[in-house]
Amino acid sequence: MMLRDAVGMALTTIRTQKLKSFFSLLGVLIGVTFLIAVVSIVQGMNVYMEDQFANKLVGLNTFQIRRMPNFTDASEEQWREWSRRPRINYVEADFVESRMETPAIFSRFCSERLPLVWNGTTAKDVDVWTADAPMFRIKNLDLESGRVFTPQEAELGQAVVVIGWEIGEKLFKGADPMGKSVTIEGLPYRVIGLLAKQGTLFGISLDKFAVVPFDSPVHRVACRYGFMDEFHIQAGNVEGMQAALAETQEAMRIQRRLKPAQDDNFALQTAEGALEGWKKISAVLMTALPMLVSVSLVVGGIVIMNIMLMAVAERTVEIGIRKALGAKRRDIMAQFVVESATLATLGAAIGIATGIGLAFAVRSLTPLPAAVAPWSVLLGVSLGVAVGMIAGIYPASRASRLDPITALRAE
Amino acid sequence: MSDLVIQIRDLVRTYEMGVETVHALRGVSLEIRRNEYVAIMGPSGSGKSTLMNLIGCLDTPSSGEYWLNGQEVSRMPDDALARVRNREIGFVFQTFNLLPRASALANVELPLVYAGTGARQRRERAEAALTRVGLGNRMDHRPNELSGGQRQRVAIARALVNEPAILLADEPTGNLDSTTSEEIMRVFQTLHDQGQTIIMVTHEADIAAHAGRVVVLRDGRIASDTRQREAAA
Repeated sequence: MMLRDAVGMALTTIRTQKLKSFFSLLGVLIGVTFLIAVVSIVQGMNVYMEDQFANKLVGLNTFQIRRMPNFTDASEEQWREWSRRPRINYVEADFVESRMETPAIFSRFCSERLPLVWNGTTAKDVDVWTADAPMFRIKNLDLESGRVFTPQEAELGQAVVVIGWEIGEKLFKGADPMGKSVTIEGLPYRVIGLLAKQGTLFGISLDKFAVVPFDSPVHRVACRYGFMDEFHIQAGNVEGMQAALAETQEAMRIQRRLKPAQDDNFALQTAEGALEGWKKISAVLMTALPMLVSVSLVVGGIVIMNIMLMAVAERTVEIGIRKALGAKRRDIMAQFVVESATLATLGAAIGIATGIGLAFAVRSLTPLPAAVAPWSVLLGVSLGVAVGMIAGIYPASRASRLDPITALRAE
Repeated sequence: MSDLVIQIRDLVRTYEMGVETVHALRGVSLEIRRNEYVAIMGPSGSGKSTLMNLIGCLDTPSSGEYWLNGQEVSRMPDDALARVRNREIGFVFQTFNLLPRASALANVELPLVYAGTGARQRRERAEAALTRVGLGNRMDHRPNELSGGQRQRVAIARALVNEPAILLADEPTGNLDSTTSEEIMRVFQTLHDQGQTIIMVTHEADIAAHAGRVVVLRDGRIASDTRQREAAA
């Protein structure tokens, strides 16, 4: 008997018993759905985290000198150690910048959440950045209208502000904000630029911020004088970034007079580092996934085995007929194994469709861009076939061992 | 010798039923020539079902010899017997034993599936067999869409499709009314006229009367073996 005939027989049987077949393949279906959906979401997250999260929040080929790493979880003890570290000061930043041989651009950075007021309207909780002019390039911020601040304005710490898209909407409601004067911490700032819309990250707006010159009056609120939260450094490319990182580390250690045996008492935050938290989460998901999938596949396999045992009992006469007509043991064996495998593969196929559907639903309903991984589809199908075959072996061997006379007389 | 399809010598079949030994066949010898039409009769418990199972290669004897179409089949292992059933024997059962979910055509194709015949040839031969029993226009019907007589004719087409050495019918009219029974007997007669060897187990004397030879079993032995004049078609 050829495989095609066996598959044909199996499909006929499944077609005539749609509901029963559907229930029997539910376990495999759920297992494979899990597999596809979780892998798709994790893969999508990976792409998203690398493209969006890391590059938006840190910047391409960019790193920051910080007192302690950002985007990370650490032990209580670790936090206490980090809190005792000195803050980054101007002298250190200047030293790093002056020694740097790799082409790079630099910006000091502090931020504080403050209200912005214009004409009686208040935008609350605006992330006000105090930064140097290169920050717009480092963060790849595009202007909707107006301009960024000039080196002169930055140098003098003038009270000018470039506002995020959402602040423009909120305060000016479509009117031209250019030249208007908004109040920050009681002082008037002249709006010189409006930034283009960036959208959201995990549903959080990326447009609810404003940028003022580092030395403008707000600085007093955002940072202690002489210090900064972060010193941003951007190289032109990946190799440049590696070189700049090494140079920066060296310069900082020299400036802070660290002995060779001493650890760095500062952190160099890269996009890579920012992804660490996510990598931990995805590792946990990817470890838990095989367990989830295998549990549902084992359950699915047992269900299919039971269904096949019932099928063998119900179809004893059929088996007798087939044997009388010349079916050998291996023909009967093949028939039931193939039927079981077909059933499970069908479950896997529906599971793949459901999984992909779920992934697309996640993509359209949440900011996460789920991406279906071809290998997970392949794995889903192979698992379906394998579970079906394994679950089918025992019932099939029982069927193949039936005595034709007894089988024909059953009912 | 080549004219003998079946050669049975001292066939004995005993069953162990717990501590008791049941002697179903106590030494049966029988020879059947090509194109014979034989009815096997006997009351229940006479061993006629056992003999039929042995002739049909569904069972093997406790002792004795059984030559079918020149092969000694009484000592064959399971899979070899399956092959013999597939090539040499066409079964027709009292309860038709068609696969309920398959069309008439698919039912008739089944022996060819196990013979490993290719799909196209399978279809052609199954269609020819169905046409031969007068069901050329019912090929796509399922058994439950056919009358009893039509079902039995599908079963006959299935039995014939591999051109077996013997057509082995077990109470072929047991589930049919008398008109339909006559119809099936006419099909058998036609096949016999075309040269088919037919062995039919029955307990109905008027059905047995269609056969050219009647073997009567009693208590596991042949009680009588009579050749009668060919029944009128």
